[in-house]
Amino acid sequence: MMYILLFDFAFILQKMGLIGVIFLITLTIAAYSTYGERKIAAFLQDRIGPDRAGPFGLLQPVADGVKMFMKEDFIPANANKGLFILAPGIFMFVACMTSAVIPWGTTLTLFGANIDLQVTDINIGILYIMGFVSLGVYGIMIGGWASNNKYSLYGAIRASSQMISYELAMGLSLIAIVMMTGTLSLRTMAEQQSGFQWNVLYQPLGFLIFFICALAECNRAPFDMAECETELIGGYHTEYGSMKLGFFLFAEYINMFVSCAVISTVFFGGYNFPGLDPSWLGGLMGPIVLFSKIFFFIFVFMWIRWTLPRFRYDQLMHLGWKGLIPLAIVNMLLTGAITLWLGK
Amino acid sequence: MTLAIFITLAVLSVITALLVVLSKNPVHSVLYLIVTFFIIAAQYIMLNAQFLAVVHLIVYAGAIMVLFLFVLMLLNLNEDTEPQKSSAWKISAAITSGMLFLTLIGALKGSTIALLGAPNPQVGLVRNLGAVLFKDFVVPFEIAGILFLAAMVGAVMVGKRDLAM
Repeated sequence: MMYILLFDFAFILQKMGLIGVIFLITLTIAAYSTYGERKIAAFLQDRIGPDRAGPFGLLQPVADGVKMFMKEDFIPANANKGLFILAPGIFMFVACMTSAVIPWGTTLTLFGANIDLQVTDINIGILYIMGFVSLGVYGIMIGGWASNNKYSLYGAIRASSQMISYELAMGLSLIAIVMMTGTLSLRTMAEQQSGFQWNVLYQPLGFLIFFICALAECNRAPFDMAECETELIGGYHTEYGSMKLGFFLFAEYINMFVSCAVISTVFFGGYNFPGLDPSWLGGLMGPIVLFSKIFFFIFVFMWIRWTLPRFRYDQLMHLGWKGLIPLAIVNMLLTGAITLWLGK
Repeated sequence: MTLAIFITLAVLSVITALLVVLSKNPVHSVLYLIVTFFIIAAQYIMLNAQFLAVVHLIVYAGAIMVLFLFVLMLLNLNEDTEPQKSSAWKISAAITSGMLFLTLIGALKGSTIALLGAPNPQVGLVRNLGAVLFKDFVVPFEIAGILFLAAMVGAVMVGKRDLAM
């Protein structure tokens, strides 16, 4: 009995440590994504970008954070106070929860102990991700509604209808992957793609649909209807200021990071790379490969944002319902037919 | 340990379900209902039915309640704008539901809940559930699918009735 308790304690400690490390990495990456975004925007627009705080402006995220904390924490008089405060918290919480099922690597050998580089390997990993993606609308909706401002409400409703619409195509494109791999667990999926058997080679259309939907789910340009400045001031966070606004913006970058992690894991082999064994360097090779892929996709997200103009709202809905969903269904049927034909 | 978790979750779910009915603001009600769904999903996980738990969250918390919230936000119901029901309505509603409650208690008082024996604890896992659905119950499953499709087409037709003909 005592032994079991001790074992459990070590297990819990290990998982807590892993969660803490992932949380810290997530926050750091989200913070530096803001810096990266401004630098990439500057590069694409032939400017210099932030260069005042620290060498190459590297301390800019810190300066931004301090600024956010120092601002007046303002709550509009007619806002629903409880929900107004709760909304950014919910948004942040949901954004951070998704990363729990992503396998960051195989196992890490640290001080003689083997640590699984995944918080939890539930056998429904993909469904878990879809579940939390579908919960992402609540933070935006509650925030927009609780502000008691018509622009915020418009922004919230636009954002949530966009997210509901694109969630469908996202789920349908994932079904094709599930049919092909025969598993819902992200760990098994990553293992199946060892070497260069990446799912994107078998599911290019599925990847394209998933990628577009991921852009829409993160409310990134060209789908950033939620905060379409020219029409809606700031969208759902018009009334927000100080660190509450910071939470909303920050959670969007976390969403982007997690989406890129999911794209890399599901379609681009996760921690696998041809010629590199994920167990090298005591298991550190896996995370290095995975994070390189994630950074590449974050860069692509930013590249797209500063290259393409924003869609109009009806174009967005047409693309989602009349373009991506039928395409995803065709992809699903084709995958089913081919899987049956090959007799896998 | 399991029993303690079960009782905590059960008490919490009853409390949040009561808050759904008792809160004055309809948006708060919807949010409490979402919390209730989360607690019920936790109960499913306690039964080792992970698939059911996640699908429950995706369908109810992720889709249906979003639409509820949508409608409520657009209507923007407040205590001031909501039509105040007269006390005659309230009294008659209390009597009717109280009688239904009494009838239910009377009907269930003598009955015993038949235990199913020990079911296979692995049945809730997605592989086993899929095998059961697509082998043993494939016909009812497909019929349910057709029913859903018909309902969906019907909903779309009702939604665009001003364009038809």
